Amino acid sequence: MSADTSPLLQTRGLDKQFAAPVLRGVDFSLHRGEIHALMGSNGAGKSTLCNIIAGIHQPSSGSLLLEGSPYRPASIRDAEAAGVRMVMQELNLFPNLSIAENLCFNQLGNRFGCISRRTLKTNARTALARLKLDDLDPDLPVSALGVGKQQLVEIARVLAQPVKLLILDEPTAALTDPQIDQLFLQLDALRHSGVGIVYISHRMSEIQRVADRVSVLRDGVLVATETASNMHVDRLVHLMAGPAMMQIPASGAAPAPANQRAPEPAGEVALRVEGFGRERAFSDISLEVHRGEVLGIGGLIGAGRTELLRALFGADVADCGWLHLAADGFSRRHRFKTPAEAIAAGIGLVVEDRKAQGLLLDKSIAMNISLGRLPQLHNRLGVVDDEAITRHSELLCDQLEVKRDSIAQAVRQLSGGNQQKVLIARWLLQDLDVVLFDEPGRGVDARSKLRIQQLIRELAARGKAIVVVSSETEELLALSDRVLVLSNGRLAGEFDARTVTEETLLAASFRHYAQPGQNPAPGTETGT
Amino acid sequence: MSRSILAGIRLPWNSLGLVAVLVLLVLFFSNQSEYFFSAVTFRTLANQIPTLTVIAVGMTYVLLIAGIDLSVGSVMALCAAVMGVLMADAGWPLLPAIAASLLTGLACGSASGLVSARWAIPSFVVTLGMLEIARGGAYLVTDSQTRYLGASVGRIGEPLAGLGVSPALLAALAVVAVAQFVLVRTVFGRYMVAIGSNEEAARLSGLNTVRWKALVFALAGLLAALGGVFQLGYLQTADPNAGIGLELSAIAAVVIGGTSLSGGRGSVVNTFLGVLIIAVMQTGLAQLGISEPGKRIITGVVIVAAVLFDQYREPLARRFSRWRLSSGARE
Repeated sequence: MSADTSPLLQTRGLDKQFAAPVLRGVDFSLHRGEIHALMGSNGAGKSTLCNIIAGIHQPSSGSLLLEGSPYRPASIRDAEAAGVRMVMQELNLFPNLSIAENLCFNQLGNRFGCISRRTLKTNARTALARLKLDDLDPDLPVSALGVGKQQLVEIARVLAQPVKLLILDEPTAALTDPQIDQLFLQLDALRHSGVGIVYISHRMSEIQRVADRVSVLRDGVLVATETASNMHVDRLVHLMAGPAMMQIPASGAAPAPANQRAPEPAGEVALRVEGFGRERAFSDISLEVHRGEVLGIGGLIGAGRTELLRALFGADVADCGWLHLAADGFSRRHRFKTPAEAIAAGIGLVVEDRKAQGLLLDKSIAMNISLGRLPQLHNRLGVVDDEAITRHSELLCDQLEVKRDSIAQAVRQLSGGNQQKVLIARWLLQDLDVVLFDEPGRGVDARSKLRIQQLIRELAARGKAIVVVSSETEELLALSDRVLVLSNGRLAGEFDARTVTEETLLAASFRHYAQPGQNPAPGTETGT
Repeated sequence: MSRSILAGIRLPWNSLGLVAVLVLLVLFFSNQSEYFFSAVTFRTLANQIPTLTVIAVGMTYVLLIAGIDLSVGSVMALCAAVMGVLMADAGWPLLPAIAASLLTGLACGSASGLVSARWAIPSFVVTLGMLEIARGGAYLVTDSQTRYLGASVGRIGEPLAGLGVSPALLAALAVVAVAQFVLVRTVFGRYMVAIGSNEEAARLSGLNTVRWKALVFALAGLLAALGGVFQLGYLQTADPNAGIGLELSAIAAVVIGGTSLSGGRGSVVNTFLGVLIIAVMQTGLAQLGISEPGKRIITGVVIVAAVLFDQYREPLARRFSRWRLSSGARE
């Protein structure tokens, strides 16, 4: 670590508000030649803090100092001009351009706009050599590389420019162990040349290996900054979970009924999953959901929860494992290839990204609700029964308290919460046995959120089997009877939602990230 | 009223604009040319439009699901060629020959649709291939010779006694009516709108998108064949070179009718109005003595203007409804 007393970067009382406060009075500092790990559970504010440093967002209040002078980047361009660069989790490469063209994208041509292949190649080689990627042919298109190599090229691209401060967001998620070693060697070299690095990761093993200090964020507050060698998993989880549980919902609305709820008598099993796996997403998942039960699935973002729900629903196809359903007396094993098959078998999914994958935004509420149910709402000639659609839609909208001018209104004009209710109404109309919810409270106002939670509980009370994925522990515990935790694509524990603490859940969430070399097994066997 | 709203089609508003344009065109040409507003002109129009009408109806469905079918002109020529050869060379009677022609079109459309939907290949490419295949087929079937059929098929295009319109025109109008009904009132129609609006959302709500998309292309092929039958009835010859560039006229009619090229929005009735606008313009401009190059330039300008108008109509309508909503209905 640098002996220089003035830090490379300092933030003072940084606040950021979107709909709700995301960062509160954050004082964060980074020294020259330091690798500073940033940790926290989902939504703690890590990404927001980094986005502010990288110029993507601007703080609501508070100030930043870079090398002692005020720093207030209005855009990524400003930040880059000051030598601050971020490697995003999503890859920002052009797949059809060559590695060299990607690496040198900002100075491709000479002043006449002509590209000199030789110069390009030389520059690319230099950039690649920094990450010991000498064996890569710079003329290869990026699309020919695996995800791990692409990630490294992305890092090489950022490092090809002058950098004072580097932000890495989960850089190792797609890398193999030798690639991780390579990356760490390079980070070490950068540290020695005085670059400050902010390093976001869930992987404790890596952090102990490379980081000098660790800062922990909880609910937008920086709760601790400590030397990495003093930090261990238990302490970390303790810091991220905060003092005793039983927190009051932040919305200030009626308290969630999680702990007062009488234990439901577990009904018969409605859905049994055995040995489910999908390459690069999750592996070896076995679980049971009972009628009348809400099964919560917790874990960190990227742990494979959305992928699991999508595979259960047939939106993606699982590589291995089977579903068994009470609907057919467990007589058949299923692995759905299309959502249509899953729905026919009685499973529905409320998707996470409702705008891109759920709704027809320019179409009416009624059309959106009836879309999945149309095969039943017509006469023998295939003529749609609009009376029935109107009746059903009105009824469901009243029941779910969808605020609307009329059911003919385009869904685009509704608020996020009301859009979510419309999407849920589509599945209510179908009366399925099993309903999967992916982040039901995302982008939804506090009141709608509460109504949606009530509704999910009502569905369970009517004997449905419900699975809910949520990144908000509060919501997860309010909704669920039982909670499973996914960690790095694998099950990491099963808990009773009435008694489990946030700390326990967090500890489980980190479980399979704790040891090195445990990215989800690629090439899981197909079929049985 | 709930009917048209449910299908996401604001029929009266759109159609009224097109009807107004059509009336203005007729008034303009009648004013400019003393021959325009006459029985002869309208008989010519009535003879010309059935083919383009039915093909444009199929194209409306295809564009509605955010696809495109470039092969309809060639498929039409192939189907007419099959029919011509069967009647002229093999001596088949009219009705079986029509059936064979329609089956040919259905087969071509199904092939394009299945390949494009099943393997997620852009329909542009697949139907470009079909354009070549069907044209080649038409040459092969006819041995590159035009067949003269004469009066045996003339009945299709001749006006019926007492009605004054041909069976072809009646059939084309029936196709428009049925296709509009299917679009607005049936499950299949809703599915097309859903697939064109957001295919992934449609798939995740349980639609078998592959099957429905293939069906749409199969229908477009069938309607191209029907267009071929009408063409044969009108010209009484089966020409393997027929219908070159017809796919572009069909797309033009659909686009003038306000169907969105990006899918999810469209109307068969408006497509028919688009066909009428094109036909009236062609005939009217010819009567004004405007040369073929001049006609084409004017038609091109009209197409672009129509789409431009359509682009600006949508934001305006949205702004209008937002303004209406701002009276407190929204959260």
